[in-house]
Amino acid sequence: MKSVVPVLTVIAAILGFWLLAVVPMNMHLVADQAQRDGMLVEPDTPTARQEVGGIGLAIRNPDLILLTYGFKRPRLPSPQQVAGEMYDTIFAKKVTSKRSLVYHGWVTLAPTLLGFAIGTGLGILLAVGIVYSRVMDRSVMPWAIVSQTIPILALAPMVIVVLGSIGIQGLFPKSLIAAYLSFFPVVVGMVKGLRSPSAMQLDLLRTYNASDTQSFWALRLPASAPYLFASLKIGISASLIGTIVAELPTGARAGFGARMLVGDQYGQPLVSWAALFAAALTAAALVGLFSVIERATLRRMGMGAA
Amino acid sequence: MIYVMLGLILWILGWWVNVRLANGASSESTLVKVAVPAIFGLVIVVVWELMVRGFEVNPVILPAPSAVLERLGQEGPTLWADFRQTVLKGALSGYIVGALAAFIVAVIADRSDFLTRGILPVGSFMAALPIVGTAPILVKWLGSDWESKAAVVAVMVFFPILVNTVAGLKDTNTMQRDLMRTYAAGYWPTLFKLRLPAAMPFIFNGLKIGTTLALIGAIVAEFFGSPTVGMGFRISTSFGQLALDMVWAEIVVAALAGSAFYGMMTLIEKRVTFWHPSQR
Repeated sequence: MKSVVPVLTVIAAILGFWLLAVVPMNMHLVADQAQRDGMLVEPDTPTARQEVGGIGLAIRNPDLILLTYGFKRPRLPSPQQVAGEMYDTIFAKKVTSKRSLVYHGWVTLAPTLLGFAIGTGLGILLAVGIVYSRVMDRSVMPWAIVSQTIPILALAPMVIVVLGSIGIQGLFPKSLIAAYLSFFPVVVGMVKGLRSPSAMQLDLLRTYNASDTQSFWALRLPASAPYLFASLKIGISASLIGTIVAELPTGARAGFGARMLVGDQYGQPLVSWAALFAAALTAAALVGLFSVIERATLRRMGMGAA
Repeated sequence: MIYVMLGLILWILGWWVNVRLANGASSESTLVKVAVPAIFGLVIVVVWELMVRGFEVNPVILPAPSAVLERLGQEGPTLWADFRQTVLKGALSGYIVGALAAFIVAVIADRSDFLTRGILPVGSFMAALPIVGTAPILVKWLGSDWESKAAVVAVMVFFPILVNTVAGLKDTNTMQRDLMRTYAAGYWPTLFKLRLPAAMPFIFNGLKIGTTLALIGAIVAEFFGSPTVGMGFRISTSFGQLALDMVWAEIVVAALAGSAFYGMMTLIEKRVTFWHPSQR
C-alpha cells in the first residue's frame, strides 16, 4: 500500500513529460494549419519554419501552444485526446459497431484466451513428461530453452497467411501463435516447479510407500503452483502480444493490431493510440487477473506470504 | 509412400537410440548430453524432409529443409546484407541505447527509495505491455531506415532491463553495506565496488531477456516500412512472391542470430559474475 504514492508520482511524471512533448511534436503541423486559417505565424513560410525547432516555434508563437493539444491529426496526440477517443470507442459506441474498441478487443482476446488455454495445457503435459522421462528431458529440454532465444514472434504474420492460404481462417491461426508463445514459458516454469520438492520431501513420500502417481498429486503438483503462476503471467502477456503482432501486417480487418495499422495508414493517429492503450489495458487486466487468482490460490494452499 | 514409411522408421530409430543413450551407463557424460538433443533435432529435420517429399506438400505451404538449405547457400550475400541492416544496425544499436538508458535511469532512481518504489511496479507493468504496437507510430516519426527500428528496439528492451537493474541494486544485505561503511566508503565507491557487482546477475537477466526482444522489435518494425533491405522486409516480400524457402532461410538466420546474441550475453555473464552460485 505504501507504494501507491510513489507509483502515482511516476505516472504523473510520465504524463507531464507527455504533455510537454505534445507542443514541439505538433507545433509545425499546427503552425501550417493556422496559417492556412489566416492567422499570423512567425516565421511565415513552411520552409522557414522547418529551420526552427518545435520549441523555438512555440516560443515565437505562444498563442498557438494551446492549439497543439486539440489538433485533429497530431503526430503525438495529447493524453486527453487519447482518453476522449477511448471513451468514445469503448463506452459511447454500441458493442456491435465496427468502430467499437470492445468489439475489436474481443476479436483479439478470443484467440488469445483459446491459444493460451491450449498452450498452457500442452505445456503442463510436456513438463510432466520431461520430469518423468529422462529421454524427453534430454532431447526436448535443450530445444525448449533455445526456442526462447528465437524471435519467432516476428514470423506470426506469415503463419497467419500460410494457414489462411490453405483455408484455415478465423480464430484458429491466431490461437496457434498465442498457444506457441505461451507454451514454452509454461514448460520451462513447470519443469522447474515439478522438480522443486527437496530430496527430503521426496524421501518422506517414499517412506510412506507412495507411488509415483500419488507423489505427483500430493507433492509435486502442489509444489509447482507458484512456478506455474509465474509462467502463466508471462504466458498470457506473450499470447496477447503474439495475437496483436499477428494482426498487424496481415490485412486483418478487426482486432487491436488491425486498428493500430488502420489508424496509421488512414491518417487517424487517434485510432492507433486508442487501440494501443486499450491493448495495454487489456494486457494489464489479464496479468492482474492472474495475480489475483495466484494470491488467492497460494493463500488457500498455505503458501501465500503476503 | 516409401518416404513416409522411411520417416516413421527413422523416428522410431532415433527415439530408440536416444532412450538407450539417455538411460545408458554414460548418460551423465558431456558427449551424451550434447548428442541426445542433437539427434532429436536432426531426426526432426530429416523426418520433415521425408514427409514433405512423401506427401508432396506444396512448397508454398511448407518447403523442404533441403530447399531452404539451398537458398541459404545461394543467397548468402543478400542474407548478409539483411543481417547487417536488421541485426547490426537496427537491433544492436537500439539494444545498446535502450540498455544504457535503462541503466542510467536505474542508477538515478536508486538514489531515492521513493522513486524506486514508484518505478519498480510501473516498469514491470510496462514490460508486460505490447510495446511492439508502437512500431507503426515510431516508423512514421523517424522514417523507414534503421533509426526507427533502433527506436522500437530501445523502447522494448528498456523496461525489462530497468526493472532488473533496479531490483539488482537493492540486492545487498545490511551486513555488506555496513562493512562498506566501516571502510568509510561513500556513495560512489559503494556503488562501484559493492552494489553494481552484486546487481550483475540481475542486470544480465534483463540483458538476456532483451536480446530476443531486440530481434523481434527490429524485424516487426520493418513490416511497417523499410528500405529495400532487411530481414523483415525480405520476409514480407519473399512471402508476397510465395518464395517460402527464402522466408525460411531468413528464419534460420534470425534463429541463429538470436541464439548467438543470447549465447554471447551468457558468455559475458559467466566472465563477469563468476562468483555467483549459479555460475560455479
